[in-house]
Amino acid sequence: MSELSLTIIRVAFLAVLWLFVIAAIGVVRTDLLGSAGMPRRVRGSRQPQPLRQPRPPRPGRGSPRLLVVTAGALKGTSVDLNQQQITLGRANDATLVLHDDYASSRHARIFPQDGQWIVEDLGSTNGTYLDRQKVTRPTPVPVGVPIRIGKTVLELRR
Amino acid sequence: MSSITARSPAVDPTGPLAPAVRGRRRTELLMLVFALGLVAFAFANVGYSLKGRLPSPMAEYLGVFAGLVLVAHLAVRRFAPFADPLLLPLAALLNGLGVAMTYRLAAQGNLLSVRMSPSATGIQLVYTAVGIGCLVAVLIVIREPRMLQRYTYTLGAIGLALIAVPALLPASISEVPGTGAKVQIRLSSFTVQPEEFAKLALAVSFAGYLVAKRDVLALAGRRVLGIDLPRARDLGPIVAIWVASLLLLVFESDVGTSALFMGLFVAMLYIATSRTSWLLLGFVMFVAGAFAASKAFSHVGERFDIWLHPFAGQNPSHNAYQLVQGLYGMASGGLLGKGLGGGQPYITPLVQSDLVFTAFGEELGLAGLMAILLVYGLIVQRGLRSAMSVKDPFSKLLAGGLSFMLALQVFVIVGGVSRLIPLTGITTPFLSQGGSSLAASWILIALLVRASDTARRPPPRPIQEEGVTQVVTLP
Repeated sequence: MSELSLTIIRVAFLAVLWLFVIAAIGVVRTDLLGSAGMPRRVRGSRQPQPLRQPRPPRPGRGSPRLLVVTAGALKGTSVDLNQQQITLGRANDATLVLHDDYASSRHARIFPQDGQWIVEDLGSTNGTYLDRQKVTRPTPVPVGVPIRIGKTVLELRR
Repeated sequence: MSSITARSPAVDPTGPLAPAVRGRRRTELLMLVFALGLVAFAFANVGYSLKGRLPSPMAEYLGVFAGLVLVAHLAVRRFAPFADPLLLPLAALLNGLGVAMTYRLAAQGNLLSVRMSPSATGIQLVYTAVGIGCLVAVLIVIREPRMLQRYTYTLGAIGLALIAVPALLPASISEVPGTGAKVQIRLSSFTVQPEEFAKLALAVSFAGYLVAKRDVLALAGRRVLGIDLPRARDLGPIVAIWVASLLLLVFESDVGTSALFMGLFVAMLYIATSRTSWLLLGFVMFVAGAFAASKAFSHVGERFDIWLHPFAGQNPSHNAYQLVQGLYGMASGGLLGKGLGGGQPYITPLVQSDLVFTAFGEELGLAGLMAILLVYGLIVQRGLRSAMSVKDPFSKLLAGGLSFMLALQVFVIVGGVSRLIPLTGITTPFLSQGGSSLAASWILIALLVRASDTARRPPPRPIQEEGVTQVVTLP
């Protein structure tokens, strides 16, 4: 084997080794879970629509677009609001699963109606509070007013 | 704390959630084929350099290795279908490069300080088979990482016992020839390094312990210089681990493993409590302890002397001979290396096990070493990624701890051979020759695969029609 061909093999091996590393990084990049950054975003919808489909008509300027957790174990988490309801509770099937000892399995839900977002307590043990008021019937939620569930505080943001 | 994952039979894997959580097994297979190709290239390169032709047993070696990797892939497909697609190919590449390096060193085995027979490659493949067997067994037996939480204290006791055994045995059984480190158990021609398994057991044990106690350990005490120090009464566990790691240092003369245990515990403490003060405290304690030990015990002090003054006095030809030859090897490799089979790595004592990294440095150069380090880095990244997305706190801590342990082990040995820290006889995961290390590394990968599978498994479909009876199966 001549010196030249050995040198070519040597450099080619290094090139392929690096190609492998780059391919691996490419896999990381396309990995859907891998691309999620902090803070986490939970999809508001249970059935996310493919991105290419036209989105439902966007609500007006003034209406909220995010539900943000401002205190509690999930602090920093936000949920995109679209036209689906959001369920809150400790149950695994809730849109926002609360790891909160004071929350019930199915604690409350937040749903849109006539351009407003309504919070409704689902018979929780410790109650849901809108600002300081206990929620006893479905109540409209203004933007920026805290909703308290146990130690978790959420609010709507534009 | 514990939550039960209810899986209803109504879950349709091809439902609307499927695109977001596809298993990605095909990507894994593709990357595995790529890794196998690289290993074949490495073998061919060694053959052309040493003999001018393809090595004659190459087809058998590659066939066996490909078969083993395929078994691992099928096991992941069957038992962990949502696992991360990169963990297995990255580990397989490192293992394959290790086998190729074993073949390369065994081809000139009579030149080595500890001779290697040409059958060493076959033996390393048998070890690989054992390692893959461990991977499959772990995937079958452990269906959820938190199953291990039940054995927190059992595994802790086993881990400590495994570490302590070599120190208690006579040196004729437990000492690695020529190094003075008492870390193995020799039974006729067969040796086991129990610490390789001990560190896995202890990682599980630390995770279980910290899940139970982290709320207490996170309590803040006095605030000094902007850092919340923990309360004095909560220092018990860290002091216990510190003492254990110092005993390890003194009685087994094993700085690397000692640093590994202390580092593992401190890092997991940090993950559990997110308090920087533990990191600082642990680091200061370990460095102070190691420094004191180096002054008090001559064999520990010798290690420090080799590290600080490898070229002074008698050192280069006696005590520091191994380290110095490793450094010369890497230096002669330069940027692009001598090519596999083109260097003289056999000059360095124990190059096939402890200093295998210098052999890669000599033959693949800095470019190759960086690629290998990146492969380790990617394994660690995937592990930490799984730790971040898995929900239950035990799995989180376990995956985080194991990933960190792999990173720390690579740091300790690479730092050792490059004189960043004192050199210690610790194996390079997957690359070193030897069965205990390989089996333990594959178990570690298996646990990370399991954690990533748990993290990425699609959540059960929400109950939409109230009133319809749900059949719930508990795993």
